[in-house]
Amino acid sequence: MEEFDVVVVGAGPAGSITAKYAAMGGATVLMLEKRQEVGSPVRCGEGIARKWIDEVGIRLDKRWIAHEVKGAKLVSPDGTEFRIDEEHAGSEVGTIIERDIFDKALAEDAVKAGAELRLKSAVRSLTFEESGKVNGVKVESLEGTYEVKAGAVVGVDGFESQIGRWGGINTSIKPNDITSAIQYRMVDIEPDPDYAEFFLGTTWAPGGYVWIFPKSETSANVGVGILLSNVNEPGDARKYLNKFIENRPYLKKGKVIEIVSGGVPVSAPLDETVKDGLLLVGDAARQTNPLTRGGIANGCIAGKIAGETLSEAVKEGDFSSSFLMRYENGWRERLEEELYRDWMAKEKLIGLNDDTLNKMISVLSESDIDELSVYRILEEIRKRYPELVREIEDLL
Amino acid sequence: MIRIDVSKCMHCGACVGTCPVNAMFLNDAALEVYDNCIDCGLCVKVCPVAALTMIKK
Repeated sequence: MEEFDVVVVGAGPAGSITAKYAAMGGATVLMLEKRQEVGSPVRCGEGIARKWIDEVGIRLDKRWIAHEVKGAKLVSPDGTEFRIDEEHAGSEVGTIIERDIFDKALAEDAVKAGAELRLKSAVRSLTFEESGKVNGVKVESLEGTYEVKAGAVVGVDGFESQIGRWGGINTSIKPNDITSAIQYRMVDIEPDPDYAEFFLGTTWAPGGYVWIFPKSETSANVGVGILLSNVNEPGDARKYLNKFIENRPYLKKGKVIEIVSGGVPVSAPLDETVKDGLLLVGDAARQTNPLTRGGIANGCIAGKIAGETLSEAVKEGDFSSSFLMRYENGWRERLEEELYRDWMAKEKLIGLNDDTLNKMISVLSESDIDELSVYRILEEIRKRYPELVREIEDLL
Repeated sequence: MIRIDVSKCMHCGACVGTCPVNAMFLNDAALEVYDNCIDCGLCVKVCPVAALTMIKK
């Protein structure tokens, strides 16, 4: 039977970064991707910040940069706009990418580092030692069904992750921690080319937001995410998106050339992300930012830590959960505080009515706030409407 | 039990990640529902395109 030090399940960005750093550190790595093509179909809004790219060793490449924006624009339910430029925005969104090309570039990096990639290879179950340690996977592929042995299996299998649950890690999250999302890639429109736009309010996106991310002067990703706990009828996400577009002549005249749908985790961090012979990374580990819904940056940052931990585990010959805790401690140290704080901010935000959102964005639009952080925003709002912030002062 | 409208399904996995009892599986292009489904209906609600419906057994 074939044996690898590390089997990575899922060849999205976080999977490829994990595989790359494990392989660079000397591990034998197999990446399994259930789809026939890396990066397609796209399941993403495609807006990323730039500030974390160097940290994980990604080289900017104009092949996957679709469009650059100056900053972000928040639009209140009554239409008031609050703009903030990227250089001051904590750089949450600055570059709109082509995810299919981006994912392929990262997979190429992983393969060049020595990882092996197999497509159309769906993992159907994990295998275990008698001790309970995960020691491999069962794969269905063009070659038929087979088993692969591994020192450690990494579940980088996205929102729908099953690797964790098969391995005894509880990744189930509550309806108010799940976003139902749908997006149209629209052409023949004139989006604001300088801003990534976010529309708040119960009319457009209860418990979430509508986004317009320009991909060029004449095209954009237009999408909506609503909390599962706010869904009344099946298919609500699509109805909300259609209603938003219907109400805007500059979008209504556009044409849709791609439909993207999916679930987004917006939960607090999980209690555990490692077991003996098993790690979870990215959306699978619920490392997605619960406020912005951005998952690529955190997945890649955690993936690098996972890959480095795994290459050390190979050298030590130790894939126990106590060794793999180096990964868990590493990603928590880097990401957990922000994840938890932004999850609390999301919890507060979903309870606000449109009137309160109008007041908050109106305060921000009149302020000279120069940093788009939860802390600065709340501080600014407290000056004018202390009662709005009183119950969330623990965030400050 | 859950009925899948294969002409609507986007294979996005929103249902699979939402299922509280891990009763669904999505490979590259086919969605399956297993017998341990508890008829909670969360997958029907989370589906962004209304491809799932709950029907009586």
